Parts: sequence; C-alpha cells; structure tokens
Amino acid sequence: MLHIYCPYCEEHREEEEFHAKGEAHIARPADPDNTTDTEWGDYLYFRKNPRGLHHEMWVHALGCRKFFNVTRHTVTYEILETYKMGEQPTQGADA
Amino acid sequence: MSQKFRLTDGGRIDRDQPVRFTYRGKRYKGFKGDTLASAMLANGQNLVGRSFKYGRPRGIMAAGADEPNAILQLGATEATQVPNVRATQQEVFEGLVSDPVAGWPSVDFDLKSIAGTLGGKLMPVGFYYKTFMWPAKLWMTYEKFIRKAAGLGRSPLENDPDQYDKMNQYCDLLVVGAGPAGLMAALTAAKAGRRVILADEQAEMGGSLLSSDQQIDGQPAMQWAESVLADLSAMANVTLLPRATATGYHDHNFVTVVERRTEHLADQAPKGQVRNRLHRVRAGQVMLCTGAHERPLVYGNNDLPGCMVAGAVSTYIHRYAVRPGQVLALCTANDYGYQAAIDWHRAGGQVSVICDTRDNPTGELFQQAKALGISIKTGHGIVDVIGSKSVRGVVIAELADQGRRARPRTENVVADCVATSGGFSPVVHLSAHLGQKPIWNPDVLGFVPNPDCGLLSAGGVQGHYELDAVLSGATQAVAAAFDCSPIAVPAVATRHIDAPMGMFLIPHPAGTSQAPKQFVDYQNDVTASGIQLACREGFESIEHVKRYTALGFGTDQGKLSNINGVAIAAQAQGKSIADTGTTMFRPNYTPVAFGAVVGRDVGELFDPKRYTAMQPWHQANGAAFEDVGQWKRPWYFPKAGESMHDAVNREAKAVRTSVGILDASTLGKIDVQGPGAREFMNRVYTNGWAKLDVGKCRYGLMCGEDGMLFDDGVTACLGDNHFLMTTTTGGAARVYEWLELWAQTEWPDLEVYFNTVTDHWATCTISGPNARKVLEKVTDLDVSNEHFKFMDWKAAEVAGVPGRIFRISFTGETSFEINVPAHYGLHVWQALIDAGQEYDITPYGTETMHVLRAEKGFIIAGQDTDGSVHPYDLGMGWAVGMKKPFSFIGKRGMQRQDCVRENRKQLVGLKTKDPKFVLEEGAQAVFDTQAQIPMPMVGHVTSSYWSPNCERSIAMGVIKGGLTRMGESVFFPQKDGRVIEAEICSPVFFDPEGERQNG
Repeated sequence: MLHIYCPYCEEHREEEEFHAKGEAHIARPADPDNTTDTEWGDYLYFRKNPRGLHHEMWVHALGCRKFFNVTRHTVTYEILETYKMGEQPTQGADA
Repeated sequence: MSQKFRLTDGGRIDRDQPVRFTYRGKRYKGFKGDTLASAMLANGQNLVGRSFKYGRPRGIMAAGADEPNAILQLGATEATQVPNVRATQQEVFEGLVSDPVAGWPSVDFDLKSIAGTLGGKLMPVGFYYKTFMWPAKLWMTYEKFIRKAAGLGRSPLENDPDQYDKMNQYCDLLVVGAGPAGLMAALTAAKAGRRVILADEQAEMGGSLLSSDQQIDGQPAMQWAESVLADLSAMANVTLLPRATATGYHDHNFVTVVERRTEHLADQAPKGQVRNRLHRVRAGQVMLCTGAHERPLVYGNNDLPGCMVAGAVSTYIHRYAVRPGQVLALCTANDYGYQAAIDWHRAGGQVSVICDTRDNPTGELFQQAKALGISIKTGHGIVDVIGSKSVRGVVIAELADQGRRARPRTENVVADCVATSGGFSPVVHLSAHLGQKPIWNPDVLGFVPNPDCGLLSAGGVQGHYELDAVLSGATQAVAAAFDCSPIAVPAVATRHIDAPMGMFLIPHPAGTSQAPKQFVDYQNDVTASGIQLACREGFESIEHVKRYTALGFGTDQGKLSNINGVAIAAQAQGKSIADTGTTMFRPNYTPVAFGAVVGRDVGELFDPKRYTAMQPWHQANGAAFEDVGQWKRPWYFPKAGESMHDAVNREAKAVRTSVGILDASTLGKIDVQGPGAREFMNRVYTNGWAKLDVGKCRYGLMCGEDGMLFDDGVTACLGDNHFLMTTTTGGAARVYEWLELWAQTEWPDLEVYFNTVTDHWATCTISGPNARKVLEKVTDLDVSNEHFKFMDWKAAEVAGVPGRIFRISFTGETSFEINVPAHYGLHVWQALIDAGQEYDITPYGTETMHVLRAEKGFIIAGQDTDGSVHPYDLGMGWAVGMKKPFSFIGKRGMQRQDCVRENRKQLVGLKTKDPKFVLEEGAQAVFDTQAQIPMPMVGHVTSSYWSPNCERSIAMGVIKGGLTRMGESVFFPQKDGRVIEAEICSPVFFDPEGERQNG
C-alpha cells in the first residue's frame, strides 16, 4: 500500500484515500472536431506502459478532492515526487 | 508421573499452574508456559501426523515458526475449528482440544505408507503433474483422493464466533524480533526519543536469549533482557507487541503485524476481547532482527519421530524443561550444534555420539563437549536412522572427499533422539517481499538481506551469531539510520568459533538414489533423490524445480528446507548456490487467519448501509427493500397476501389512475456554482444549457470522451450561476469525481465549484392524475398547470417546511418532486400520505418505478446502456447539441467511424407476438431462426416487464439497425427450444403523445 504525499494537504496519507487516474499530462486536443480518428483514438486510448519512471495522475478522493501528479517507479513503486496540477515534473525522461 | 520427559526443575514454565489439554481425544497435562509441542514432548507423545505423500509417521522437528510436521487442527467446537496450527507456536491452555490433520484412515495406520514402503515408485517426484496431465477425465477422481489423503486440515463449517480487529499504527522505527539484536535496536532508538514498536512472534520476548546459558554483564542473559524490557515498557514512546508476527513487508514501509491476543487463553476469545488484531504499521524505518532458523542436515530416514534440529533440543531443555529422550546422537557441521549435546548432558541425558562432518574442529563448544567426556567422531556423519515409528539408533559413517562421499564401513549407535545442525538460514523473508532477492554469503553459508531491500537489519538475519557482534551491530545500525548515539554494549564473553562447513546432504554409502529416503521438505515429502531426479529430467531454474517437486510449498513455506533444497539442486547441476539463487518469498511469513484480514468488516459492518430519512415509515409499512449501491431502497410495498407481482401491478395502476408516492431521495444531487457553471454544463452534457432560464429544468445526457452515455439526469437552474444536477443513484460518486476532473485538470479557467448534496435533501415524488390535488393541500403555492408548467421548479413551503418543488416526471404522469431538508423528510412524507388519503395515495417502490418508466420508454443508464451505446443509438439525437460552440465531451467520440456506421445496435421497443410472454432481460436476439449454429446474434433485451397499464408484456432492447427496422420481427430462442417472436417498435408503449405529464 503506497504512502502518498498530497501536494495540497502537504501531508503523507495512505493510498486508501486516493484514486489512481492513469497517465498524467494527457492534454485534450485543442480542436477536437478537426482531429482525425487516429489522433482522437491516440488521445482516448493509447497510454504509455513504461518499466521505470511514470508520471501519473491521482486524486485525493477521500481527502481534499484535488487532482495532482505523481512520478512513480513502476518496478520499485518508489514515489520520487508529487506535484500540483499545472506544474511540471522534475524527475523522469520528460522532466 | 505422566510427563515422563519433563525435567524436575528449570525452564520458564509455571509448575504451579498445570493445564489439561487433549490430543486425538486423549487427555494430557502440561504447564502454563508450555507450547502444545513442548507439552506433547513432555508426555512422550511425538507422533504428530502422517506425511503428505507417503503417509510416513512424523514427529516434532523444531520449536518455532519453522516447524514443518506438527501442524494440528485446533478447536473444541465446530465453530472454533482452526486448521494449520503449528504446535510449536501454540501455547497450551486449560481445555485445549487438538487433533492431527494428516493420516487417513488414522494417524497410526496410514494407507499411503504402503505406497511409501514400495520404494516410492508409485509416487515419484512430479507425481501430481504426471497424474493431472493424463487422463484428464480422472482428474476429478484423483483430486478427491488427494485432498483427503493429503490431510491439510479443514475449515469450520460454522461461523467464527470470535471478533477480530485492525489498528493503524505509526512509528519511526518498527523492530521485528525481540531477541538480543531487537532489544538493543529498540533501546537505542527509544533512548534517542524515537517512536518505536517492537514486535515479536513469541509469548515471551528475548528470542535466542530465552534458551541461552550465556552471560551478559556477568548475569544470565535473560536478566539483561528483562531489565531492557522493563526500561522499554516504562517509556511512553515505545509499544511492545508480544505474540505479534510481522507477516508482510509492503510498499513504503507498510508492515502487517498480526497480534494473537487471546489464542493462548481459550478456545474462544473471552467476552469483549478480540482473537487477533491486525496492526497496519506505517514505519519510518523497519529493522529486521528476525534471527535465523537452524537447518537440519539431510540423511537417511531423517523424518522418523525423534529427529530434530539441534537448537530445538536446547530450546526444549532450557525453556520448557523437557528433554525429549534418554540417549542423544548428534550430527553437526558447525560449532553451535555442540550446544544441544552439552545441554542434553547437563540435563542428565546420555549422549551416545557427536558426529562432526568437519575434520578438525577446535572451537570452544567442541572443547566443552570433549571435556564432558562425550564421544566425538570428527569427519563423520549420520547416514541413516534405525527404527520404524520412532528412533532406536543411528548409522554413522566416515566421510571422504571433503564430505562429498561416505565410506562404506558403517557403525550402528544407540539413540532415541537425533539432533542435527547444518548451519543457519537467516530469516530474510520480509526483506524479500518486495522482490529484492537475498544474497548468498559464503562465509556464513546463508542468504542475507539484499542491501537494496530498504530495511535495516542486525544479528542473526545478517549471519552474525555471536552476542558481542549482534549487540554492537544492532545499536550501530540504529545510530547510523537515525543520526543518534549508539548505546553502550554490555559486557559479553568473546568465544572462539570455528568456520562452519557447507554440508547439506550427508552422503550415503550407497549413493543418493539407493539410499533410504532422505527428506528435504518434510511437509511436502520432497526427498534429495527427488530433487536430483527433477534436475535430471531437465528442470534447471530453481523456481521450476520448486514447482515440479513441491519443495517449499507447504504452510511452512520451506523454512527448514529451502536452502537444503537449493544446495542439493545446485550440486546436481554443478552450479554454485549463489548462481542457483532462492525462490521468491511472498507474504505472509506464517499463515494468517481470514478473520485477522477482514477484522470488523463482517456482517453488519461489511459495507455501510445508506437509508433515507423516510426509512422508519417504509419499515413500518412493510416495504421490501432492494440494494442500489449502498442504498436500501423500497422495492415494493406488499399488502397482506400479495405477491411481488400483485403489489407491483397494484402500485403501477394506482399511479396511472390516481396518485402514487415514491421516495426518490437516493438520486445523486450535486450543487454546481460559479461564474463558469453554465459554460461547464454546456461542456459536460451533450445538450445545450446556454438558454436555460432560472426556474427551469432540463434533462441531460452525460457521455465519456468516447461518446458513450454513462449517466443522465435532470438539472435545474437555481440562479444564473447556480445549478442543481441530479445523477443516477449508483452513479453519483463517479459523476462528482468526473466533474472535478474536468474542472481541475482541463478547464481551470472556468470558475466553478461542486458540492455533493445528496444526503442534504429528502425527495418525495408524487405522481399521477391526482398528484396536483394532493400537493395543493400541503402548500400555498399556485400549482396549477398554468402557473407551474412541466419542467419548471419553484421554491415553496411544503407542510410548513421550506423546500423546492420540481415538476419533472419519470412516470409520464403529472409529477412533482418535492425536495426538503433531509431532517424534515419523514414529516413531509407523512404529510403527503395524510393529504393523499382521500385519493388512496399509494406508496410505490423501485420495481414499479421501473415498470412505469419502461411504459414510457425512459432509459436507465447502466441497464439499457452498457458503455457501448451513444445517444444516437438510443434514438436520443434530440438531446445532442451538435451546434454548440464548444466541442463538448463526447462530441468527437460519437463521430468516430465506428460510431456513425450502419447497423449499430440501437435501442427499440419489443412487443412479443404472445402478449402474455415476458422476455428475459439479457435474452439474445436473432433475425434468422434457420441460421446455422452458432447463430449470428443481433442484440439483446435490456428491460422487460409485465405492464399492467398496457395489459401486456413490454420490453426494450438493443437490436442491430433497430431504428430502421420498425415493424419487423426479431426472434429469441429459448433454453427449452421454443422461439419467441417479437415485433420491433417504438419504446414508448403508453401515452405516446405525452399528454399526461403535461396535463
């Protein structure tokens, strides 16, 4: 069970308070109506599945209800950082 | 004296407190402080079971969690049955009832032993796989036999009467194991002001010191331990948890610790106490002071009752004052093994021989044994044991070629107990639970924790077995981790200890394949020759060898056997132990009762139940309830003698002919406010919200980005920047998180706030031609059709309570949904019931609600949709605002190639040709009944009811191209061979013009 630092509450809390929401930093296309089916399909369905550092979105569902991002190692489960929505990671390939 | 193996004095038992217990229906006596195993040994009862595969008699081997044989069934009553209890860990109490789990038909005579005596040819290694593979038909037969024969204990057939609970714990340092290392570590951290939890699986803390004759600070070692424990228990920042096993090491220093609070007291926990408590510990640091398990050596017939690991012999003598025999033969590959012979001798027993597999031992313990006049044979090993149900003697032989071969000349030596020590296996389990494989340390001949495992460790788990090194290592490790001072290490004599020998399988003069059975894993009857056979058959990876032979599979998870098994496999493959590696260690370290895992989350507390404010009325009026998520909703209100069918028919007719009342409080309600609220609604719903005036309501469809419907509901405009959204009962939480997701992550520029108000409001829905007349009686508001139009809402007092009335309809009748603050819900409900008396107002439940909405073709998201249905599939294109300026959620998705193709499954009405036949929900549809099997399926029924108002069956379903097939037939093949024909029609079966809801 992970121990997650909520960047809004500024405390570590148990994983049970959070929901995982999948890969982070997936921007909605600015003009959806003018995307191709392939582009829209990529946005909708295609996700990274790295062995290593991964940026993922979580929500403090049973706490402050804020969404935030986590840089987590998918093998060791180590959490290197958590950061607020709109901020950029400092760890990982796309940092 | 019945306890003929009990010593006259000594031990940590309380001779003033005798306890009586039964084993196999026979009564025995022991003392408080005994384990079941020590009490059985004291009574000379050392036949504890029959082996898994060969049915061989087995006795107690060890004195702790590593015990492979003494696995018993406990319980005085059916409800208190507990399988797989290790007798070596179970404290005896007055009235304890135990039985062997293995042995069929009985532990004295086991049919399988006949298979075993035929040289094991009937049950070779891999027997199970070979059996299961062919012939497949017989597998069911085999399984029954194997389950019965294997003897794995049984679950109780009645509910567990005991309570269990869980507790969350936080600390700076969790120390696992309260032996010398653990005590020293805990004291160091505690003195530095850290919050410390010290957990130990035994009743008494002290670990190896409990059975040690060494001195610390010039006192018996346990006096030092007792003074440390006294210090620790007086400190507010320390929690001591005896009888508590750390069973799993999980991510981010989360450790599950199972505390057995009452299993030592009685068959059933005393009233008001829990049997087990699961401590969920989140620790800053976790320190393993788990010590090491002694490995037995592997030799012929080494499973006869009376064969033990050497350290266990010392433990039984020192702690329990039990010397399990008269004449001991001992075989060791290291200095520590001698201790058992020294203890045996001092306890008045005879030691017939010590075989040391090493050629030139010189250590202090060797010298001590020699000085006692014990016969020591260096360069020798025990190769076989004589006896049928218990040990009568041993066969010893001289070893050659650095212990790889035994010379043919053997000698028989008398003994009734055999003790062996092949070295020590550090208890690294927790360090490996997250996948960090332990590292082979050739100096200590054991696997030690991987330095990357993230845990601190000290003492035996590191392969340090001398007290001075253990104590100083522990305090230094804590000091380094917490940047504090180490504490003074008490004075301990330094001993001269020789290097151990890497001896695992003692070679037999006849070679392993011709030798008597040499057991490696007792619990699974895995032999040395079986492992060698597996290697010859081509299994190379130790994980494969494990699975093929079942090595390490039992409830003991191979605590005694794994390293011997690895070593034998390594030798057979000509590899080193380091290269062979270990198998995975997984939680739990020892078996955990299901009760401890679930704690209080059983029965009434398994899942929260949610009730509306009107629950007392529903109950008083005989409602039958159905679960909708966690909500308990009235399903129907049967009158005396009515079936569900009767009640629903009556309720559904009453709504259409007079007036009905429904508790709709459970519908999800989300309050949406802010300058960006209206635009936000435009984006998350498919339809338009720009022009919805204050005081108006609108039905909205909510889709995912894939264009598929996932929720629906009516939203009211309360103010220019203020909306009240309703969701489906089950979808409320999901929708709420969905709204937050978009507001926070994609459109933070829209200022909008959400609050869940589901529980704040109670909702009474009155519906039917007389609904208005009822409402008029409880409010001063003008509720005429002229002043209060369909899809309007108004603030008003109802029965003296300020609330909101929504004129919306899920029945197709004139309908008002009256929302009042939840605490007034029951009052307003009762007022409506009273006011409706003259119209015979009829309470109705969810079933009637479903029938009524189906008569009108209204969908239920999640019943008529399944995540693959978009609004156009539902014939609800009218609720999609394709012209809205912002590309709302789902718009692009529902225009994908697959979403706009012909022949998608579309929602339609279905009228059976036989109006009395009610289709089954989920029934599969075909167009061509003559089609070849497998027939092409073209859709299925999503909703189906008997409609009392239409006086026929009605159904909805999704059918390929259904919207273009009006009037065509579709067929539903039935299980019994019948084929039901139905006509595709509009899903609106009742009042298609909608005159009634507008009236």
